[in-house]
Amino acid sequence: MTEAVLELDRVRKTYTVKQGLFGKRKPLTAVNDVSLSLGKGEVLGLVGESGCGKSTLAKLLLGLEHPTSGQVLVEGESMDALDRRALASRLQPIFQDPYSSLNPRKSIYDIVSLPLRVHSIGDARSQEKAVKEILDVVGLPQRVMNTYPSQMSGGQRQRVAIARALVMKPEIVICDEPTSALDVSVQSQILNLLGELRREFGLTYLFISHDLAVVEHLATRVAVMYLGRIVEEAPVAELFEAPKHPYTKALLSSVLTPEPGLGVPETSLGTAYPNPIDPPSGCAFHPRCPMATEHCKAVAPRPLATADGRVECHLHDPESPIYAKAAA
Amino acid sequence: MTDMTDPLMQDVQGPSPRDLLKRRVKGHLGLLTGVGIVGLLVLVAIFAPLLAPHDPYAQSLMTRMEPPVFLGGDWEHPLGTDHLGRDYLSRLIYGARVSLLIGAVAALISGVIGTAMGVAAGYFGGKVDAVVTFLINVRLAMPVVLVALAVVAILGGSLTVVIGVLGLLLWDRFAVVMRASTLQVARRDYVAAARSIGASTPRILLTEIMPNIVNNLIVIVTLEMAHAILLEAALSFLGLGVQPPTPSWGLMVSEGKNMMLFEPWLVLIPGIVLFLLVLAINLMGDGLRDVTAPENRS
Ligand SMILES: Nc1ncnc2c1ncn2[C@@H]1O[C@H](COP(=O)(O)OP(=O)(O)OP(=O)(O)O)[C@@H](O)[C@H]1O
Ligand SMILES: [Mg+2]
Repeated sequence: MTEAVLELDRVRKTYTVKQGLFGKRKPLTAVNDVSLSLGKGEVLGLVGESGCGKSTLAKLLLGLEHPTSGQVLVEGESMDALDRRALASRLQPIFQDPYSSLNPRKSIYDIVSLPLRVHSIGDARSQEKAVKEILDVVGLPQRVMNTYPSQMSGGQRQRVAIARALVMKPEIVICDEPTSALDVSVQSQILNLLGELRREFGLTYLFISHDLAVVEHLATRVAVMYLGRIVEEAPVAELFEAPKHPYTKALLSSVLTPEPGLGVPETSLGTAYPNPIDPPSGCAFHPRCPMATEHCKAVAPRPLATADGRVECHLHDPESPIYAKAAA
Repeated sequence: MTDMTDPLMQDVQGPSPRDLLKRRVKGHLGLLTGVGIVGLLVLVAIFAPLLAPHDPYAQSLMTRMEPPVFLGGDWEHPLGTDHLGRDYLSRLIYGARVSLLIGAVAALISGVIGTAMGVAAGYFGGKVDAVVTFLINVRLAMPVVLVALAVVAILGGSLTVVIGVLGLLLWDRFAVVMRASTLQVARRDYVAAARSIGASTPRILLTEIMPNIVNNLIVIVTLEMAHAILLEAALSFLGLGVQPPTPSWGLMVSEGKNMMLFEPWLVLIPGIVLFLLVLAINLMGDGLRDVTAPENRS
C-alpha cells in the first residue's frame, strides 16, 4: 500500500442526545474507535446503512467535528496541529445534497471563487481565469458564472459543488454520497466525472455511499461500516468476490438482486437497524446475523488482519469457539 | 471532456433571484401602498422646514383652536390651531420627524443588540445559547410599558431618553427570530462547505448566514418600528415621553383630549396620521415577508 495521506487512529465520536422533552441525556456513539487509512491515489469506498456514522466520519476528517477520543492524521501530522486553512488546501468536501450545499444568495462565480478569495490566491483576474477553467473542467458553460443556484438543475449544481471543491487543487476529496440526491439519469454522469477528475488531477477520494453498487466502479478499496464500526475492509475485487463478514454478504446480495440500488432488503437482514443509543450486546450485528450464536451475543469480536484488509467477526477469529463454521 | 451535447448541461433555467424579486414586488399592492405612504412621510419629515406653513412653536393666543378648513376654518391654518394657537398642520409635519426618528433609531439599537445576540446563540449554540436564551426570558418577563414608564419617570422625559429606553427594551423579538433563523441556516451544507474552505467565522456569519436571514430581519425591523412609534405616542400621551413644546403626535393627542368632546378633530387628526403610519409600516413588513420568501425551498 502507498503512503497514507489521511489516517484515523482509534477515533471515537460520542454525541449526547436527549430523548423526549424530559428524557435523560444519553450518549450516542456515532463513530466507535475507528482506525482507517487512505493511501495516496486510492479511492476508499465507505459503505453502510443510513445512520451508521458515515457522515460523522466525514465531518471528523474535514475537521468540522472534533473526535471525542483518538486522532486524525493528515500526512502523518495530527490535524489539531494544522490550522483550518492549511487543512482546507489539501482536503475538500463534496456533499450529498447540492440544494443545501450552495448558498442560494450567491452567484455561481461567488460560490466557486470563494476558496480562492479566502486563501487570497492571485488577483481578481487570475481568480476569474481559474474559475472559468474549473467550470470548463466540470463541464459547465462559462456563462453560468452570473447565474444563481436556483436556476440550475440538481446535476448542474453538483458540478458547481465539484468545481468549488477542486478550484484550489486539493489532494484529497471527501465525497459524502455525492450522487444519492440526484436523478438516476444524472448519477452516472457525476460518477463518470468524478472518475475522470481523479485521473486528471491524481486525486485521492474517500467515497461514501449507502450503496455498494455505486462504489464498485470507482473504489479501489472498500470499507464496510456498521453501527459506528468498520466491520470489513478489503480491495474492491476481493470484497465483491469473497466477502467475509455476514453483513457484507447481505449488502452484496441486495446489490445482486434484479433491482440494485434499492438498499438493503428487509428479507436478507431480518430485523430492523438497531438504535445506536442502545446498541446490541456483544457483536452489534448479531440480532440480524444469520450465523449468530450465543458467543456473538456475549462477546464483541476483535479486528482481524486479513491478506490485504481486515474483518471483525467471530467466524474468522481462530481463537473463537465458532471459528470452524466460517467455511460453511 | 464531459458530454456537452446533453441539453441539460447547456441551459440555465428560469429567472434570476433578482428578476424574481422585481416581479413579485411589482405585483404586491400591499407592499407598494405601505412603501408609498412611509416614503411620503419620510420625505415630509426630511423637508419639514420647507413644507410647514408656520413655525410649529409659534403661539398666538388670538387664534386659539381655530377649526380646520373642512370644518369652516380658513386657509391660513389648513388644519386649524391648537389650544395655544400653534398651527396644527405645521406641528403635524414636524411631529413626523419625532415619530420616524424614534421608530428608526429605537429599531436600529434594538436590532443591533437582538441580531448580535440571536445570531451568536444560533451559530455557536452551547453556553452562548444558554446565556442568550436566559436573557431573552428575563427580558420577556419585564412589562415593557411599566419599565419604560419607570425609567422615564426617574430620568425625566426627553427624546433621547425615550429612544434609549425603547432601543434597550425592544430587542427580544429580534433575538428570538434571528436565533431561530440562524439555527436553521447554520445547518445547511454551504456553511459546512465554507468552514471546510477555511473561511473565518466572521466571514461565514456575514456572507453565508446573514444574506439568508436578512429578509426575516427586515420584517422584524418594520414590526418593531411600528411598536416603538406606538409606545412613544403612549408615553407622550401619559406625559412621560417627549416633553412639550416638542411636536409629537402622541403629545398632540394628549393635549387635545381635554377638548375632545367639543373639538374632536384635535385628537382625530394626529390619531389618524399615527394610525396611517403604523398601518403603512405593517403593510410594508407583511409585503416584504411575502416578496422575499427564499427562492429555492426545494
Ligand atoms: N449532531 C449530532 N447530534 C446527535 N446525534 C447525531 C449528530 N449527528 C449525527 N448523529 C447521530 O449519529 C448517527 C450517525 O449519523 P450519520 O449522519 O453519521 O449517519 P450516516 O451514516 O451518514 O447516515 P445517512 O446515510 O443517513 O447519511 C445517527 O444515529 C445520528 O442520529
Ligand atoms: Mg450521511
